[in-house]
Amino acid sequence: MELFLFILLSILCIGAVLGMIIVNNQAYSALFLVLAFSCTAGLFALLDAPFIAVVQIIIYAGAILVLFIFVIMMVDIKEGLTPEKKKWTMALACILAVVLLIELLVALKSALSPMATSVSGQAGNASEIGHLLFTKYLYPFEITSVLIIAAMVGAIVLVKKKDSE
Amino acid sequence: MIPPTYYLVVSIILFVLGIIGFFIKKDLITQFLSVEVMLNAANLAFITFAHSAGSLDGQIIVFFVITVAAAEAAIGLAIILLVYRKHKSIKTEDIHLMKG
Amino acid sequence: MAELFWLIPFFPALSSLLLILFGRKLPRKYIAFQACLAVFFSLALSILSFLSLLGSGHEGHGLIKNLFAWIHSGSFKVDLSLQFDQLTAVMCLVVSGVGFLIHVYSSGYMAEDKSFARFFAYMNLFTFSMLLLVMASNLVLMFVGWEGVGLCSYLLIGFWFEKPSAADAGKKAFIVNRIGDAGFMLGIFFILLHIGSAEFAAVNHAVEAGGFAQGLATLIALLLFVGAIGKSAQIPLYVWLPDAMEGPTPVSALIHAATMVTAGVYMVARMNLLYSLSPVAMQVVAIVGALTAVYAASMALTQNDIKRVLAYSTISQLGYMFIGLGVGAYSAAVFHLYTHAFFKSLLFLGAGSVMHALSGELDLRKMGGLRKYLPLTFPTFLIATIAIAGVPFFSGFFSKDAILTSAFANGQYLIWALGLMGAVLTAFYMFRVVFLTFYGKERLEPEAKAHLHESPKTMTIPLVILAFFSIVAGYVGLPIVLGKNVNLFDRFLEPVIHAPHGAHLSLSSEWMLILASVAVALFGIFIAYVFYLKKPDIPHNLVARFPWLYKLLYNKYYMDEIYNATFVNSTIKGSELVYKHFDLKVIDGALNGSAKTMNTIGKLLSSLQTGLIKDYALVFLLGALILLGYFVF
Repeated sequence: MELFLFILLSILCIGAVLGMIIVNNQAYSALFLVLAFSCTAGLFALLDAPFIAVVQIIIYAGAILVLFIFVIMMVDIKEGLTPEKKKWTMALACILAVVLLIELLVALKSALSPMATSVSGQAGNASEIGHLLFTKYLYPFEITSVLIIAAMVGAIVLVKKKDSE
Repeated sequence: MIPPTYYLVVSIILFVLGIIGFFIKKDLITQFLSVEVMLNAANLAFITFAHSAGSLDGQIIVFFVITVAAAEAAIGLAIILLVYRKHKSIKTEDIHLMKG
Repeated sequence: MAELFWLIPFFPALSSLLLILFGRKLPRKYIAFQACLAVFFSLALSILSFLSLLGSGHEGHGLIKNLFAWIHSGSFKVDLSLQFDQLTAVMCLVVSGVGFLIHVYSSGYMAEDKSFARFFAYMNLFTFSMLLLVMASNLVLMFVGWEGVGLCSYLLIGFWFEKPSAADAGKKAFIVNRIGDAGFMLGIFFILLHIGSAEFAAVNHAVEAGGFAQGLATLIALLLFVGAIGKSAQIPLYVWLPDAMEGPTPVSALIHAATMVTAGVYMVARMNLLYSLSPVAMQVVAIVGALTAVYAASMALTQNDIKRVLAYSTISQLGYMFIGLGVGAYSAAVFHLYTHAFFKSLLFLGAGSVMHALSGELDLRKMGGLRKYLPLTFPTFLIATIAIAGVPFFSGFFSKDAILTSAFANGQYLIWALGLMGAVLTAFYMFRVVFLTFYGKERLEPEAKAHLHESPKTMTIPLVILAFFSIVAGYVGLPIVLGKNVNLFDRFLEPVIHAPHGAHLSLSSEWMLILASVAVALFGIFIAYVFYLKKPDIPHNLVARFPWLYKLLYNKYYMDEIYNATFVNSTIKGSELVYKHFDLKVIDGALNGSAKTMNTIGKLLSSLQTGLIKDYALVFLLGALILLGYFVF
């Protein structure tokens, strides 16, 4: 059952990302990504991380991508972007990406073989994570709040139209 | 019980797809989406490691990554809007103010 | 009180600093007061230190004050240390004493000048440098003072720098002095190389311990003498001194007569043990001195510019001092330095007073008959002239005679003869100046005559004081014929002048020499009297008879022209050549070339900056790949 879920979610996820790349409409891309992130959330849940899975769905699939869709609507690009002039950059990048894939797989093979057996057991429930956040990771957590405030203010200031314009 | 390697392979595939997406897509928004895919791939790897190491630290890091991603998305999208207002375009090829 | 002797140079230094910083805002009266007071403090402290040195008896070795280690690198060590021994005492008294009087005089002479503060700042700075020079206890610190006086000389000669001739004269003095300084520095380096210390005490110790081979001693002595030639204006580097008369007259008096130019003499006297090691160097010193004494005196004969006559006379008198050094009569040379400081500065100040009275007129042909208009300047100038001419009972007589006697006693008959000849010429040209200026008929310009007046008190009082010393200064160094121990000056300097005394003459030959000196002096005066008062047409006849000789002398042996044609022009031509071919092509070419190369490379590299995010990301990806590959494989 677990393996079946894993395979299903993985294929859906990878497929959704491929779909995002292939479609030309930005709105569709964003929707594909909602699917992909939801599948990732499922994978998180399979890995005994229910809290993160929920956060993933709420923040990523929910908030962030909704934000994207809003921006896409505001930007309003007409269909048919002109094709790239520099084709070779794209081709080279794809080749390099494949090389990276191979490298990472090789790294995985050599580095992770002893860890093949999983030491599962600790469930990542919300209360434990909360406890950790407010003890060991208190400072990073508080700093994150500052970061988010700064980002919020920054975004507002950037986008706000000035009176003179 | 699924070996962590499987998850990591999925993570790697997602990451490489994110890179390819970044280079293939022509507009800032979908490139940005590709970057988010890469972040998610990394998150998946973190969760996997946390799971196999039996510790919660990996999950906490993912939590932070998600918050930072939210902040980044807010700022990044604001910048994209600004660029669009100025250039009437979000095609990356049209934006080369930094050309030497 | 005497332990504070090391403060002597710092009063003028402080005053100079204040004047440089705040001089523009201070009232004139205060500036002059401060400058004079600073030098007066130096003088007072010098006198106190001198008295305590006298009190410490015959064995006193002087004081040394080590202020701090200046350079300390490995075994090489130079201290900032000052000393006060007998020789320094004499020099300090002369420098601060004459300097003080000249400062007072300047406050009157320069009263109308617009750069009043600048003048006194430089004068104080000069006094500081000179005091540092004579008080330094090692050659390196002495060199600092040496360069300091050179700099002040440049600044003061070119004081009226709006006048091109003054600016040029300043440059000339500076450059000619540099040539000498190069030799001086080499000499110092050799000493440092050889004994590892530049302290005079260490050098003397090394000499006494036989640390110097004769060849090395000769080399060092000659190199140091090159420096002395430059600073003390001897052949062949004398050319700067006559031109230096472009500066204000008190400057000429202070720097180019009484103090700075004697630095060379002082230095050789200070290094007397080293010089005594090398007969060759001594002979060179004596010959250069004797030639200069006669040569410069001959040029003084025909000059019509009163200050230039005095300038050549200074060169000539410095020649006498070098004769004294060269024949081993170091204390006689210092004695002449000391008497000369009084009467030569008096002559210059008197000339300045005459100029002041005549609204800046320098030409002897436009003076005459000034005796009755300048009731104080005239007698003081006359006293100085008598002193320099070598008339008995005046200071110049004793010192000049001491030098000539020593030359004769050491068997240097040729040099003695040259010295006598110089004495005739000196008496002649000095009285020529007196007769042309103060006697005879008036040849004044009408407007100069209208303004004719005696100088203010600030100028005449120093004249009177200097005149007093011009008479009595000689009595501390009476000749041996008057008794064994009457030469107090020699005895005072004995702890410093270690040189053995030369051969002694019998009393009768001493008397003969003195008579000879007196005779030539009177002879010179007599000729001058005949030529310029009795039969004023004789000079014209002589000029008509020997036009080439007159021209030669009048044009100063064409030495400036020769130097210009050889050294100066060739340097200028060479510099131009280097400029055109090396500077413009090689250096500029290399510079522009490198700039162009950079430009090209920059343009090439800037094409990498496409401004496109994807290109940057590509490079980024490549870097990540390489990094990962490094860790994986």
